[in-house]
Amino acid sequence: MFNSATQSEFARALKKSYTWYTGGFLAFVIILAIAEKMGLPRAYIGYAFLGATVLLYAGIGIMSRTSDAAEYYVAGRRVPALFNGMATGADWMSAASFIGMAGTLYLSGFNGLAFIMGWTGGYCLVALFLAPYLRKFGQFTIPDFLGARYGGNFPRFIGILAAILCSFTYVVAQVYGVGLITTRLLPGVAFETGIFIGLGGILVCSFLGGMRAVTWTQVAQYIILIVAYLIPCVWISVKHTNIPVPQLVYGSVLEKVTAREKQLIEDPKELEVRGIFKKNADDFDAKVKALPKSWEDGKADLQKKLDELKAGSAPAKDIEAVEKSIAAYPKSADAAKLAWNAAKAGNNGKAAPPLRHAEAFPGKDDAARDVSRRNFLALVFCLMIGTAALPHILMRYYTTPSVKEARTSVFWSLFFIFLLYFSAPALAVLVKYDVYTLLVGSEFAKLPQWVTAWQSVDKSLLSLVDINKDGIVQLAEITIGGDIVVLATPEIAGLPYVISGLVAAGGLAAALSTADGLLLTIANALSHDLYYKMIDPNASTTRRVTISKVLLLVVALAAAYVAAQKPADILFLVSAAFSFAAAAFFPALVLGIFWKRANKWGACLGMIAGIGVTFYYMITTQPWLREIFFGTPRAVPAELWWGIQPISAGLWGVPLGFAVIIIVSLLTPAPDKDTQELVDHVRFPVIKGDTVNTTAT
Amino acid sequence: MQLTDKHHEYWSKNLKITSILLSIWFVATFVVGYFARELSFNFFGWPFSFYMAAQGSLVIYVVIIWYYARYMNALDVEYDVHEGEDD
Repeated sequence: MFNSATQSEFARALKKSYTWYTGGFLAFVIILAIAEKMGLPRAYIGYAFLGATVLLYAGIGIMSRTSDAAEYYVAGRRVPALFNGMATGADWMSAASFIGMAGTLYLSGFNGLAFIMGWTGGYCLVALFLAPYLRKFGQFTIPDFLGARYGGNFPRFIGILAAILCSFTYVVAQVYGVGLITTRLLPGVAFETGIFIGLGGILVCSFLGGMRAVTWTQVAQYIILIVAYLIPCVWISVKHTNIPVPQLVYGSVLEKVTAREKQLIEDPKELEVRGIFKKNADDFDAKVKALPKSWEDGKADLQKKLDELKAGSAPAKDIEAVEKSIAAYPKSADAAKLAWNAAKAGNNGKAAPPLRHAEAFPGKDDAARDVSRRNFLALVFCLMIGTAALPHILMRYYTTPSVKEARTSVFWSLFFIFLLYFSAPALAVLVKYDVYTLLVGSEFAKLPQWVTAWQSVDKSLLSLVDINKDGIVQLAEITIGGDIVVLATPEIAGLPYVISGLVAAGGLAAALSTADGLLLTIANALSHDLYYKMIDPNASTTRRVTISKVLLLVVALAAAYVAAQKPADILFLVSAAFSFAAAAFFPALVLGIFWKRANKWGACLGMIAGIGVTFYYMITTQPWLREIFFGTPRAVPAELWWGIQPISAGLWGVPLGFAVIIIVSLLTPAPDKDTQELVDHVRFPVIKGDTVNTTAT
Repeated sequence: MQLTDKHHEYWSKNLKITSILLSIWFVATFVVGYFARELSFNFFGWPFSFYMAAQGSLVIYVVIIWYYARYMNALDVEYDVHEGEDD
């Protein structure tokens, strides 16, 4: 199937294969559903999904194995636009998009839409400024372009460092997601083991066949992930609106949610529960203020209680309970300060009235709303520019057969991404409606089945506590984690367990496909750009590809090692990757194509300045990084510039990068004639008499 | 390699369509985004700004890219800078 003679025959063969594949996959799901009806235990459904999908990806990987450089790095440059679009979609949509996105929208309402806009609108920039020109340039990596356009190894080297910096943080998050999902499909397996099982799934395909295997696997993964996302989404829409197109009709549901919010904000029972949380927060506040005496008193009280119980020969259960409290009691006054401050913040959070889902830029006054708006727009800006600068995405446009197909392929990419992204806000609203109307107000004695099930899986995903002891669920009594929205939708919608397995398989496909693309980017930056272009330009093709494969393994293990440490602020790191990519690559790439005068020193200094200021802003304002770099306690408020959150640090890096490139280029000599011809070469799909040839084989 | 007037014309047409589409992108994203609180009138059930951020702008992005690909692919042929089939 991967060796047809002409391009159009090849495209036809692909369509046929993937149609059969999709049919086969649906049949597989239906057979499992029937088996479930006949009594197949749930654990086996999980095994079946994990086993079948990972074997499938491995199979594609083995079929596509190659040691040819052009096949390994850019899939032979014969991926038709439609299929490159699907592969880009899978490459793009990570575990965070698949599982986290709808949850973020559920929790943060309108402000969460910054991710929806940012992660789609960036493709306009890819289409207008980058994809067709990079395709015409036609080498293997993004540092390749920097090296050729700005003449020399120094710009290439900065590109290598930046590509590794943003891809590695990103891949750690994917591997982490793979670990989480594997443990969900295989209950009883340790998180670390889950990571390594998933890693096997990543490596079998990228290791053997590089870009070629990754491309055809990603197409397969896209199909699984989109089916897995849309089925539950459509079902829950039918449940609440009787119409199976949630994207078109959730406006009416949003109206109902808004009306319900109004009720819940003023509801006396809700106010009572929020009042209890407020009181708890105040109690913790008082205890923090009375430190260290309050810590000593608390400790003495517990000890006294234990002595009394023991003296009065109380039941062993009570004694055990107090012993547990003593074990959990903060070990020092400093530890107590941290713990109690956190408890205070947690209680204060729960004492706040529910967020109005549809309200743009909520805030207590105009100044707060203004800061909220500024951050929303800044985040959209960074995510968009970052999208148009992430090497693992841009690299995909090297794989189409022509400039024309590259343009069309950006359209297909965004179209396939759009299918999921315009469904996520609908899903968030539908699940919110379900929780607000069906769960809130129900009796604790008769909770829906999905609630009891998920409560026992993980308390941080969902937990309900009857704070005011009235036996009725109040909204303020529900603690919800974002990931539950996608994970529990099949059960909320009353679908069989097989669909839950399908959703987990979809999440796995999303995480694996993104991890594949990222690992390949890092390994290629090291083997192709660093080793072949800078260290040993005489290396044979086989040697280059072999080195790339070895590096892939090393990088994958390093990513697994970091992910197994469960790094704290993993979501922040992912978003930070966007700001870095935006500041490092976007100005240099765009000016390299659109401004002939841009030269080596402008580009180098511009990239360094862009990354520099982005990095500086992050480490001085992000509490966790600040603690690592400067030892500043997290509680100290950060000095923000213009109120911009550290996640959007690229807002400073991108304009500075542009400015430095322009100013420095104008102060130093113009690039030579060859470079100017290179720019003309990439600007036109074909020029008669063009002697420049940059296509790498 | 010598660029002819036709080549320059092709490139300036490309720049023109790029800037037009970029302006649409900018208005749909940042201008509508900036005035989101003011633009919250009811739009088939959604507040307008919510609809734009959740769906409307996405549709606009898809159309921008579709139009650009169509326009440029035709322009390539018109100015004879297109690639051969199946290469």
